[in-house]
Amino acid sequence: MPKNSKVFLGFMGLALLLISFFLPALAQGSGPTDDEVNAIARQLYCPVCENIPLDACGTVACEQWRGIIRDKLAEGWTEDQIKEYFVAQYGDRVLAEPPASGFNWLAYLIPILVFVGGLILLGLGFRKWKEEKPVRATSRQSKKGPPLPKADEEYLQRVEQELKERSRSQE
Amino acid sequence: MVAEIGFGALFITLIFAVYGVGAAIYGERSRNKAWIQSAQQAMKLVFPILTISIGSLLYLLASGHFEVVYVANVTSRSMPLYLKMTALWGGQAGSLLFWSWLLAGFISAVTLRKWDRDQDLLPWVIVVNLVTLIFFLILNIFYENPFTRYWQDASGIITSFGQPPGALPIFPRDGAGLNPYLRHPGMIIHPPMQYLGFVGFIIPFSFAVASLITRRTDDRWIQLSRSWTLWAWLFLSLGLILGARWAYDVLGWGGYWGWDPVENSALMPWLTGTAYLHAVLIHEKRGMFKEWSMVLIVLTYLLVIFGTFITRSGLLSSVHSFAQSTIGPVFLGFIALTLLITAWLLNSRWKILRSPHVVQNLFSREALIIISVVLFLGLLVTVFWGVLFPMISELVTGQKVTVGPPFYERVAAPILGGLLILMVICPLAVWSYVSFRSLGKLLWKPFLVSLIGIILPLLGGLTRWPAVIAFWLVAFVLAVNAFEFARRIRKRRKKAGESFWSSLTRVFRRNQRSYAAMIIHVGVVLMALGIIGIEFFQSETQGTLAEGQSINLDSYTMTYEDLDIFITEDAREVARAVVSVNKDGELLGVINPRRDFYFESGQPVTIPGVRSTLLDDFYVILVDWKEVTADGATFKVYHNPLVKWLWIGAWVFILGVIVATWQPKKTAARIIKSG
Repeated sequence: MPKNSKVFLGFMGLALLLISFFLPALAQGSGPTDDEVNAIARQLYCPVCENIPLDACGTVACEQWRGIIRDKLAEGWTEDQIKEYFVAQYGDRVLAEPPASGFNWLAYLIPILVFVGGLILLGLGFRKWKEEKPVRATSRQSKKGPPLPKADEEYLQRVEQELKERSRSQE
Repeated sequence: MVAEIGFGALFITLIFAVYGVGAAIYGERSRNKAWIQSAQQAMKLVFPILTISIGSLLYLLASGHFEVVYVANVTSRSMPLYLKMTALWGGQAGSLLFWSWLLAGFISAVTLRKWDRDQDLLPWVIVVNLVTLIFFLILNIFYENPFTRYWQDASGIITSFGQPPGALPIFPRDGAGLNPYLRHPGMIIHPPMQYLGFVGFIIPFSFAVASLITRRTDDRWIQLSRSWTLWAWLFLSLGLILGARWAYDVLGWGGYWGWDPVENSALMPWLTGTAYLHAVLIHEKRGMFKEWSMVLIVLTYLLVIFGTFITRSGLLSSVHSFAQSTIGPVFLGFIALTLLITAWLLNSRWKILRSPHVVQNLFSREALIIISVVLFLGLLVTVFWGVLFPMISELVTGQKVTVGPPFYERVAAPILGGLLILMVICPLAVWSYVSFRSLGKLLWKPFLVSLIGIILPLLGGLTRWPAVIAFWLVAFVLAVNAFEFARRIRKRRKKAGESFWSSLTRVFRRNQRSYAAMIIHVGVVLMALGIIGIEFFQSETQGTLAEGQSINLDSYTMTYEDLDIFITEDAREVARAVVSVNKDGELLGVINPRRDFYFESGQPVTIPGVRSTLLDDFYVILVDWKEVTADGATFKVYHNPLVKWLWIGAWVFILGVIVATWQPKKTAARIIKSG
């Protein structure tokens, strides 16, 4: 091997060594920003500090998590991959919402069912209320509508009974 | 000695309360008025006796008797006197005693009113209130005794109220000190407000149950308990607002509401309480939906107990759950029992509660109010399920899940929108019947004015349509209320030929409640403005700066100028940054975000520096998990548009509730005369 090429290889080795020295620094310069880390951290919750999003939590554990996010981002992981990584490690509870699968479906289904059920009941109620003839129709209605119904007996009786009760209770 | 007095008073209160319940029931059954009066006297006395207990605990706290476990847990020598006193509600046992004491105050006050006309309700009001009090006293005596002491025996340090055999008393030199997060003024006032709100709703509940038991179908119970309800609502609202403010000022995440389970448990009784206040309007004016007001007040009571249960049982761990204890099953039992009894009562009285009236029209005021009640309940169902689901999931699948803000916001946003729409129509709707045409006649002018709410944001370059719609709705509600108010004054002036000012005051006095409602709704709308601002337009950034370096966010620039580090008398190390704020190159001022490190608990608390204007807040946090030195510090910076309107709206809201609650002598006299 000529002497020259030995020198060349030596230089190359040194250069590689130098590059490997500076690589982390270079990577840091163009690495993920705090904002990029927080954008993902905001959607995660660590199992210890319940209900505090990771981006606002000050514990050492949460700082380490943010460090992991930063490293993964630097390695080119996507947001979804990073979230999946934490789910695989610590379970569904790290996510802000239970994933809509299996038993967790109930989390989303029940409020909708109850609310829709309530609306149906209310709607039925409204229809029933409308079908029953109004007790006291206004003049606007009487122009077009059917003749005014007479106030029904049952209602009058009730009014009287309540009035009696009232005056009795005031004695 | 003082601890013994305190505990003794607690025990005597329990005896009085149990006696009161017995005497009331016996008096009612045997129709013997003397027994009922005796029960009433017992009920009157619970407050003064319990005050001795509270006074003892306050003395122990203030004088640093660290041999008492509670005192040692929540106070320390270095704390100022006012914090030692307010540490009364800084921990589990003390806050439960405080809760009981407030309830006793309300209960005693109820007995002071004239009962002549409502003798039939009285015994049951006594029973319901005292049973609730007994429950809390039992918790305090048998589970969470604030007067328990430290003792030492061969096995080590033990805690017990009385001296265990072979143990000697010990006197620790200092206590652990109050949780630093609870040392903020907002956190000092927030719990009493919250508790007053919780406790206050027990009074209308007791009247409702009394009315159910005696099979009365009139609205007397509502009239009797109206001012209690309004006060309760006022305090609960204040509690929520102060809590939100505290979160914004201390927790340092740039927000005011995190849908935390404990926040939710305070919100739930507020939701049903608010729905109740709306439903009783129909009950009073039209005699309809009596069963709704009953169900709503029962729900409110159950949720008050549930809320206290959640925060106090340690069932959830969150920012708020500082305390954990073994009282969970007792609470659950009490809730189940109450649920069973009230469900049975409602079921057996359901028929006589039903009204023969019918809703005639979808735009009538009663229909609109019922829709608003349904919206409140819709949010309630979501929040309740969101709080419960993680526990159910843990029970069923063994895996815990987080139900966080996105879950709630998805529902809360459209419901807030729906409520805004109702607030547009409701002031114009009348009872029983409104034609579409007459509604349109009143609506078109405010509608034209409200278009400003679309045009201005569009001109400002806003492109997100949900935000545009939200702004438009806000403008619409404000315009409708302004037009309606002006119309009524004009009408009055025309009729009476008075000056503008005398018309204004007369119109206002004539219908105080309806104007109070108007003020409250305007407050809600202004709050909505703040919520829209922060939810749609909040922006943030974070960066580590050396002195003299800057961060840009939107049109703002913040520059890290200086850092002071000093130690305070109350054992904190304060790192206070000096940050100058520029907007478009112009210096606006200097703010001081800081980080307080508490030596006793080893806990840091970040206090943001905020520059707040009507247009936006510039909010800077000294990030607490990074080292702070003059060489470099990490800042998190938030730009929160319009958030100040949240607080302004909140105070307008509170003003409205005060107007509703406050009864001038004249009105009171009229009510007495006509009632």
